[in-house]
Amino acid sequence: MPEEPTEELAEPEQPALTDEQMALLAVFEAELGDGVVEHADALGTLVVRIRPDAWRRSAEVAKTKLHCDYLSFVSGIDWQPMVAPGSDDEGGSDTSAPVQPTETTYGVAGSTGRFQVFAHVQSTTKHHGITLKTDVDDDAPSAESWTTVYPGADWHERECAEMFGIGFEGHPNLRKLYLPGEFEGYPLRKDFALLAREVKPWPGLVDVEAMPGDDAPAEEVEA
Amino acid sequence: MSTTENPPTPEIQLEPGALRHLAEAQVNVELDTGDMILNLGPQHPATHGTLRLVVRLDGERVVSADPIIGYMHRGYEKLTEYRTYPQITTLVNRIDWLSSFANEVPFVDAAERLMAIEAPPRAQYIRTVLTELSRISTFYLFLGEMALQVGALTPAFYGFRDREYVLNLIEGATGGRFHPNFNRIGGLKDDLPWGWISETREVMQKILDGCDVFDDLVAGNEIFQVRTKSIGIVPGELGAAYGMSGSNLRASGVDWDLRRDGRPYLVYSELDFKVWTHPDGDSFARYWVRLQETRESCRMVLQLLDQMPSGPIMAKVPRIIKVPEGEVYSEVENPLGQMGYYVVSKGATGPFRVKIRSASFSNVSIMPWLLRGVYVPDVITILASLYFILGDIDR
Repeated sequence: MPEEPTEELAEPEQPALTDEQMALLAVFEAELGDGVVEHADALGTLVVRIRPDAWRRSAEVAKTKLHCDYLSFVSGIDWQPMVAPGSDDEGGSDTSAPVQPTETTYGVAGSTGRFQVFAHVQSTTKHHGITLKTDVDDDAPSAESWTTVYPGADWHERECAEMFGIGFEGHPNLRKLYLPGEFEGYPLRKDFALLAREVKPWPGLVDVEAMPGDDAPAEEVEA
Repeated sequence: MSTTENPPTPEIQLEPGALRHLAEAQVNVELDTGDMILNLGPQHPATHGTLRLVVRLDGERVVSADPIIGYMHRGYEKLTEYRTYPQITTLVNRIDWLSSFANEVPFVDAAERLMAIEAPPRAQYIRTVLTELSRISTFYLFLGEMALQVGALTPAFYGFRDREYVLNLIEGATGGRFHPNFNRIGGLKDDLPWGWISETREVMQKILDGCDVFDDLVAGNEIFQVRTKSIGIVPGELGAAYGMSGSNLRASGVDWDLRRDGRPYLVYSELDFKVWTHPDGDSFARYWVRLQETRESCRMVLQLLDQMPSGPIMAKVPRIIKVPEGEVYSEVENPLGQMGYYVVSKGATGPFRVKIRSASFSNVSIMPWLLRGVYVPDVITILASLYFILGDIDR
């Protein structure tokens, strides 16, 4: 491939909501009132940010009023900027991971703090999908559980709880899903370092073993 | 681990002269048995990998079942935070390893949507062909292997044998039978080799013939039908609320297929295909729907090959891929169900957060509800009919 200069990609414009999205949003605003904090469009999907105390109610609205009978997922997100690996070495030779911006920005539909719980629901009959987000408290993150509305939220919330440390009120059995019982820490938080990089810094040093019969000692070569 | 206690000694009052009545004496004993805990897995031939199913049994009936997952958890969502976009396509191949090409497609689609670029038409067609070939490969294996779980040995061999033709096709085009890593942001790595299209047509005919064999040998088999009909019935509404998707949900009567109903992706809008549903929602329905879908996929591949345009297979993308800030959820109809990637980008060369929504995770979450009150052999039938891949559950 010929060398191409790196181009500045054009910023996509923020499109206005389509009529269908406006109709969905109108139902949320009618049912929840000021429980709807903000809304936005994420490349065709309506994103609505819900006030934390209206989280379960928004699921009920989606399921009963908007025909969203299908639960895609419930998960969490940590907006704190990632601690660049190797940033505490002298020299900062770790070039393994892509460098993320160091200032904290929040995504589509904003956020009040570090953690958010977000979910996506779809309708099998009307063929639309909605992303719902809610803020959780930074110090004692907790959200209402959706298990009474969507039984499938059970496992999604268990995973979110063990990965981010977010509690779910009303969840019948919030025990670990993937991680072993004695695991400490919350892996998907940005301040939880990836263990593989701690154990073996990047780029790894390559040990070159001497050939059998050679008296030369093993050399260490920079990868 | 059994909590069976000894049955209590019955109380018999002996009256004078009672001995001659003992022969007719009615002994009323209440046998108090406890539940047995049966551990299926994590290493078990029927669980498709490292799934541990802790079942409490009352005799042969399941009282409660608790799937324990995570033995294959590789931490994909954390790993994606340390990789660039092209590196992630290598990673996500390995989520559902039987239909690997299909895992790459939604991720690359998400990145392309954020970058507002489109892969050229030929690339889209080839992507669709390879996705459908992956679907055929994994479903064909399912057709043979579900029969194996139920107890028939021969169909499993047929499944593996004919699937080799499809895997050879995928290897011919991409270089890898299972982990092609063929998608690139903006298109594909390479064009199709010479002679591939005519060979694919032949293989599709072989697969269609093979499906007829399965229809006759397995689906038409009385024993198979008795073992699978009315076993593991999932009502459509409950399945949707659990997030069950794909063929499992269509077998419960829900007429929903993202290839036809969702946001248009790849070239499905230019194809003429039927979405198969079955009203029963039992294990036989799930088998039947996948059999029909395999045939439908073969016909789709033949249509695609007829309509394949010529042209470039890669759009103009910068050398170093930086995806602009934004969020997108890209969900597609993967063989196992609905797979989606929620990509949050902050303008760097790698994503900020990727939520991987895998189909089997939700398909398996219905198991505690589904397995109550079934017999132990039916547990195996139901596991086989739900068709999950551990890499897809555990990521």
